Amino acid sequence: MTIEINNLHKQFGKNQVLKGVDLTIEEGKIYAILGPNGSGKTTLIKSVLGMVIPDKGEISVLGASIKKNWKYRKKIDYLPQIANFPPNIKVKELISMIKDLRNSPSEEEALIDLFGLEPFLNKKLSTLSGGTKQKVNIVLTFMFDSPLIILDEPTTGLDPKALIRLKELIQKEKANGKTILITSHIMQFVEEMADEILYLLEGEIYFKGSIEKLLQQTEQTNFEHAIAAITTGSHV
Amino acid sequence: MFKILKYSFYDLIRSRWSYVYFLFYLALGFVLLFLNNDVSKAVITLMNVIIVLIPLIGTIFGVMYYYNSREFTELLLAQPIKRSSIFMGQYFGVAGSLTLSLVLGLGIPFVLYGLLRSNAIFDFSLLLVTGAFLTFIFVGLSFVIAISNENKIKGFGYAVLLWLFLAVVYDGLFLMSLIVFEEYPLDTFSLVATMLNPIDLSRILILLKLDISALLGYTGAIFKQFFGTNLGFFISLVILLLWTVLPILGLRYKAMKKDF
Repeated sequence: MTIEINNLHKQFGKNQVLKGVDLTIEEGKIYAILGPNGSGKTTLIKSVLGMVIPDKGEISVLGASIKKNWKYRKKIDYLPQIANFPPNIKVKELISMIKDLRNSPSEEEALIDLFGLEPFLNKKLSTLSGGTKQKVNIVLTFMFDSPLIILDEPTTGLDPKALIRLKELIQKEKANGKTILITSHIMQFVEEMADEILYLLEGEIYFKGSIEKLLQQTEQTNFEHAIAAITTGSHV
Repeated sequence: MFKILKYSFYDLIRSRWSYVYFLFYLALGFVLLFLNNDVSKAVITLMNVIIVLIPLIGTIFGVMYYYNSREFTELLLAQPIKRSSIFMGQYFGVAGSLTLSLVLGLGIPFVLYGLLRSNAIFDFSLLLVTGAFLTFIFVGLSFVIAISNENKIKGFGYAVLLWLFLAVVYDGLFLMSLIVFEEYPLDTFSLVATMLNPIDLSRILILLKLDISALLGYTGAIFKQFFGTNLGFFISLVILLLWTVLPILGLRYKAMKKDF
């Protein structure tokens, strides 16, 4: 088991975002975390990363509890949702800074090449377009070799060519036996990539299973419609 | 922690504002020496300026840096780095670079003027040490305020209010209470009240070392009795240290509990 979550609760002010999430993530699969806006997807991911501190519940990553622990993050590559980078440094500097901070082997050259980022290496991050920032974000995430990869909206702002590269990259990492967690609103992307669907609704896991199971349960033939029907279907 | 400190420090050293701050002290030092033509007198004038200015700059810089580096902080939080190291690194980076600007900015003109040959060297070093303490105290306080307030405007407002209170309002209240309770013995009260405000404490500490306490009259004599002794001096430094450590602990505590 890569991640185990028991009875996770989190409240922001009066807004109860997670209401007792129980979840097991198995090794070597691609999981898609889906759900309407504000259903707690990012909060769930950030709890796993230790950026959000849960009110109640247990999370363990690769067999160790994450409470008062930070070394486990060495085993996680995380792609944040909106690439908020310090604006005044150059792409090259950012990459070497993160390398220095993580202190683990990395292979950024191939990725820079893959996404055609050479011309931007000496530019400041504030001057980059949204899509280019996202490519930098992807390079920063995939340049390390960690068993768990968490991607929050990885497709944002990418052009079709980059999107294909990203899909290939994800498939390659899966073939290497890595566990990958993805959130996305692009259903086509999810359908192509995911082995398992996790549907979050109002702070609880509403559905967990393969795409076939979802289609069966909602009696739909189209994945996008099945997701839309998941909450209104007769199976409830 | 030291890697974060290094990056924050370099980031600030490269920024325009550090230079402005440094050049300001440089100019202030030269002008005061030129006008006073005497190291000791320049130290006194300088004290009056920096005792108010250092806390203000520390507060504003601290709040600004915290809010401006939020993106960087979030990036760091997902990395395998201890949470407290991130914030401690940033804190020491800001406070360290401000202190460096202060020490170099004032040090260069005074050394050029012949500080090392004058007998004011001890007074001048004391001025720099209290200046460094004030920088660390107020950067710490402003970090605590900033981390407790998501809203930038609110955080900025509270931080400036805190400065205003400690630098101006506190003295007013203090003087008023001395007038209102003038029929009572106030020696201990005024000593304690001075101790509770780092700005007042620094001011008294420097004034008394400058041997001009006679100007302060009877109160001055009492203060001299206390602060002038080695014990008093030692206690004051301990209290300044306590003022430095408390915000740091507060920052650590807040950082542990916060969601990003």
